[in-house]
Amino acid sequence: MSVIAPPTQAPRWVTHVLVPVSNLIVAFFIAGIIIAVIGEDPFEAMRLLVVGAFGAPDLIGFTLYYTTNFIFTGLAVSIAFHCGLFNIGGEGQAYIGGLGVGLVGLALGGWPAPIVIIVAIMASMLFGAAWAFIPGYLQAKRGSHVVITTIMFNFLASALMTYLLVEVLIESGQQAPQSRELAENAWLPFMHDIFGALGMEIGQSSLNLSFVIALIAAFLVWVFMWHTRWGYEIRTVGANQAAAIYAGISPSRNIVLAMLISGGLAGMVGINEIAGVHHKLILDFPAGFGFVGIAVALMGRNHPLGIFFASLLFGMLYQGGSELSFDIPTITRDMVVVIQGLVILFSGAMEHVFRPHIVRAYLRLSGGRSAAAPAE
Amino acid sequence: MTTKETDAASPPGAQPPALELRGIDKWFGPVHANNKISFAVPKGTIHGIIGENGAGKSTLMSIVYGYYQADAGDILVNGTPVKITGPQNALARGIGMVHQHFMLVEPFTVLENVVLGVEGGRLLAPSLEHARGELERLERDYALEVDPDAVVETLPVGIRQRVEILKALYRGADILILDEPTGVLTPQEVDQLFDILRALRDQGKTVILITHKLREIMSLTDNVTVMRQGEVVANVKTAETSREQLAELMVGRSVLLRVEKTPAQPGDTVLSVQNLSVRDGQGVRRVKGVSFYVRAGEIVGIAGVAGNGQSELLEALAGIRPIEDGLIRFKGEEITAAHMRDARRMRELGMGHVPEDRQRMGLVVSFLANESSILGHHYDPKYTGPILMKQGAILQDVSEKMDRFDVRPSNPLLRTSSFSGGNQQKIVLVREMDQNPDLLLVGQPTRGVDIGAIEFIHKRLIAMRDAGKAILLVSVELDEILSLSDRIIVMFDGGIVGEVAQADADERMLGLMMAGERLDSAA
Amino acid sequence: MEEFFTMLVLMLDATLRVATPLILAALAGLFAERSGVVDIALEGKLLGAAFAAATVAAVSNSAWLGLGAGIGFSVALAMVHGYACITHKGDQVVSGMAINILVAGLGPTLALAWFHQGGQTPRVEGSGRFHPWNWPFAETLEDVPVIGALYSEIISGHNMFVYLALIAVPITAWVVYKTRFGLRLRAVGESPEAVDTAGISVSAMRFQALIVTGVLCGMGGTYLSIAQNAGFLRNMSAGQGFIALAALIFGKWRPWPTMFACFLFAFTDAVQTRLQGVDIPGIGIIPVQFIQALPFALTVILLAGFVGKAVAPRASGLPYIKER
Repeated sequence: MSVIAPPTQAPRWVTHVLVPVSNLIVAFFIAGIIIAVIGEDPFEAMRLLVVGAFGAPDLIGFTLYYTTNFIFTGLAVSIAFHCGLFNIGGEGQAYIGGLGVGLVGLALGGWPAPIVIIVAIMASMLFGAAWAFIPGYLQAKRGSHVVITTIMFNFLASALMTYLLVEVLIESGQQAPQSRELAENAWLPFMHDIFGALGMEIGQSSLNLSFVIALIAAFLVWVFMWHTRWGYEIRTVGANQAAAIYAGISPSRNIVLAMLISGGLAGMVGINEIAGVHHKLILDFPAGFGFVGIAVALMGRNHPLGIFFASLLFGMLYQGGSELSFDIPTITRDMVVVIQGLVILFSGAMEHVFRPHIVRAYLRLSGGRSAAAPAE
Repeated sequence: MTTKETDAASPPGAQPPALELRGIDKWFGPVHANNKISFAVPKGTIHGIIGENGAGKSTLMSIVYGYYQADAGDILVNGTPVKITGPQNALARGIGMVHQHFMLVEPFTVLENVVLGVEGGRLLAPSLEHARGELERLERDYALEVDPDAVVETLPVGIRQRVEILKALYRGADILILDEPTGVLTPQEVDQLFDILRALRDQGKTVILITHKLREIMSLTDNVTVMRQGEVVANVKTAETSREQLAELMVGRSVLLRVEKTPAQPGDTVLSVQNLSVRDGQGVRRVKGVSFYVRAGEIVGIAGVAGNGQSELLEALAGIRPIEDGLIRFKGEEITAAHMRDARRMRELGMGHVPEDRQRMGLVVSFLANESSILGHHYDPKYTGPILMKQGAILQDVSEKMDRFDVRPSNPLLRTSSFSGGNQQKIVLVREMDQNPDLLLVGQPTRGVDIGAIEFIHKRLIAMRDAGKAILLVSVELDEILSLSDRIIVMFDGGIVGEVAQADADERMLGLMMAGERLDSAA
Repeated sequence: MEEFFTMLVLMLDATLRVATPLILAALAGLFAERSGVVDIALEGKLLGAAFAAATVAAVSNSAWLGLGAGIGFSVALAMVHGYACITHKGDQVVSGMAINILVAGLGPTLALAWFHQGGQTPRVEGSGRFHPWNWPFAETLEDVPVIGALYSEIISGHNMFVYLALIAVPITAWVVYKTRFGLRLRAVGESPEAVDTAGISVSAMRFQALIVTGVLCGMGGTYLSIAQNAGFLRNMSAGQGFIALAALIFGKWRPWPTMFACFLFAFTDAVQTRLQGVDIPGIGIIPVQFIQALPFALTVILLAGFVGKAVAPRASGLPYIKER
């Protein structure tokens, strides 16, 4: 990412909260215009969307269920970003990660539930990591641009999964290209069941234990990136390869490592989707979650806390969006994809457009005092 | 060489100056880069502008060339006030510029580079033919020999510079600005360049030379403008001044040309190198079978024009660059094997390394200062436990170091990029020196560093030597080599031309050696 | 032998048709990347142009108005990319990805709102479509052995865009290597600072290049929706923009080799269609998904440098920031 120092420094809440929020507002404003263009009322759409996402306990549950996926893919994209890589392959890595979960669930039906689930989680990470390994390795050793190779691996994952589901894993005697149901001990408990067992009523939804796993993953990523030497090495390679070599840090090893972790995190979408909700392998279950991860990471400024909030926002968009399409049939999931594109555009590619203006406006309003005088 | 008497003798007002600046003022945010700059450059003269790094010379010339607009002030070309809005505009007024970093398209031929921007038609072939004829004429007039069909990336730097000059002349430049033109040239190439510039002057062109090297000002220019901290501090005829006076004007106080130090007390050999050869990233052999040694308690300086293999030598010793052939012994142990040769291993064995280009290699400018301060030592048990890094210990350690080396502002949580060049260099130095290495490899320790910090850095290096450590110093600044080193090794074209004790060395002698001349009298 | 020849002719015919959008998009990418702007949004521009062309053609029943709309929308997307990456020095890959995703959602959203056909446009027929050009005597010569088949199947009977794509290659080569625009284009992608100091605006050059990119992608997308097909379908570009990008890399950013790379990918596709369900002796039936994945796998292998090393224009992907 290019770094352009602002003319004078503004406090962190301006650059880390005010600027991203402004970018977001612009993205939503344009989305509103598009909704108006197709003849609907943007404010009514917005109201329905928020109600659809937060209006009832079960709706909140569904929102958090989507949030879970986006935390995984957002973290995946961010780790690669910190190493200077743009991993567009989250989609394929999630798909293959799900394959890992499915295979474990199909094979280890008789084992005790906790063991099956732990093995399934490990399989999701391993399969996702494996799918990211080849692009990572080719980038590190042969300089093949990871953007193009991960795009290609998305297509390859899709072809592979279609083949497996149509020809190999299909339930015998069935027409639909999907596997048989996983054994029940490979299912992740739903949150409403967990809370129910504790005597608390929450709405029935797809929200399952994966949400907790996602939160733990976010915390661990934070610790890893900013409090261990391995994270330090990855960030050094991402920021300045020459400095990394100077420091005795191997860029190629860290590129591969970052892609492995990135792929592993993306693969964990499979836990939420396959072990948590569908309980069988189905076609196209990643449904664009991998691409949302790009928007989430950019909006969350590649920090786990930011990624959590950005995931929540996209969880709201996905859940609220599907409720919205019941009320206004012309606004479908595609509209959420449009918003996603706009968020990537304004939070990512055009992040420099408003930033200087906002910082300058802040400095003028605060009387031109700067937080830190530049040394010179 | 005969110095031509300039128009200074002609009566005032007879001919307007080629270029005159009146009250040029420019701010970059809080930095006052140019403060009411005024001076005139008579037609047909070579005019020097001298000043330290950051004195505002390059900014001023960027304003003249139209890159920036001055906040206030006037520019007069041949007595007429003009507004220069961009390079195209500057070229139209007969102002041409040769940049410090060449502005050439490397995969293009000389001819293509020359016509770029002044093709004169939509089709390429006629423009190229026209340019070919023009180049032949320019070649005849100014002895600027270049093969028009050569691809620029295959040409040596000296020739590339000629292409830059040809570009400017082809565009009809009457005023030619050269920004630090000699930094990358060998002494012979410098002589050739100066001959070309004199020829240009004698044909009536006006040349403006920006430099920080006193030697060049004295040998080439007719008049000189001295700049300091964005202001003009003097405008003098070169013939009426001296090196010492210019140096004092540049710095603002009298300068100690030598650092005070006692004779070295060399101990055991710490590093010995035999027949070392190194290739660069493109596979070109840059170090060709060199042998030397460095003892404890001495500073060995490697002198040479930039690009003669010093950088590759330093990087190979530091474990960053693979070696092709030869033997390296460190503290009596052979460390030539490939598996030993990485930067981390070298540090663990007791080598410190201050790289030549701190921004590209020595620091991560986007990191916080405390993160940059542990670069290369981040795995040290002092800074990290088995899993988690010891943030408190790092912060405390870095704060203490910043205080000790007087890094300003002394705040380890600021971004590395917000420190000045000198302070960034101190961050690197203290990091590498504090590990108490037995050998310190230092490249260009004072490049882009202000005078105050230079003295500080030099004193620290001497103190380290006096504490019995070995230091290998690479610098393209002869003054620095002369004032710090106990022994001086001169490199030329990848080989060692000779070695002299500091006491026996002088600039003239080193200059000859840097041009590849072997001295039998080498001590 | 006869049968083999017929199959070969049919496959070459298919190759030409499939290669057309690839060539147009790859040349579009060539102009962008030669100017120093990485454009992974070729895909989005193809899809966007396909949507705009089909929409206007469906409403106006004019293929030419459709083409105008396709080019117009594609150029507009290129200008968004330019505004983000050239004017504001944003990350080029991020911007390209944003445009791809934006268009993937926008097309179906608008199509659904306007036509109520589940995110597609209505079928475009008659004067709303570009039809194949039958060359003189194509039918009369059809029965002449070899030459007749070659003439009527391969030379004659294609869409305007097929010929356009083929002509675009020499024109591109001529523009890039023989004109002032081409010289400046190549220079700005290699060394923008040299161009800047020569008094040429780096931004203006890059915007001009992106306009050409937009026009070429616009033609490619229009071909997809109202020449090759009869309307806009969700995600109908199906990765062809990315394959074009791969062809560009494989062709080392040169017009002729890039065209051959496009033919290679298109030929793979033609073989794929041929091989579906065919029992190959000793191998058996190759699953269709494997064959479909072939171009993508091939791209990875090419990128891995097993077929020579590709060196991109030096300044591509980097925003131009003047140094003080």
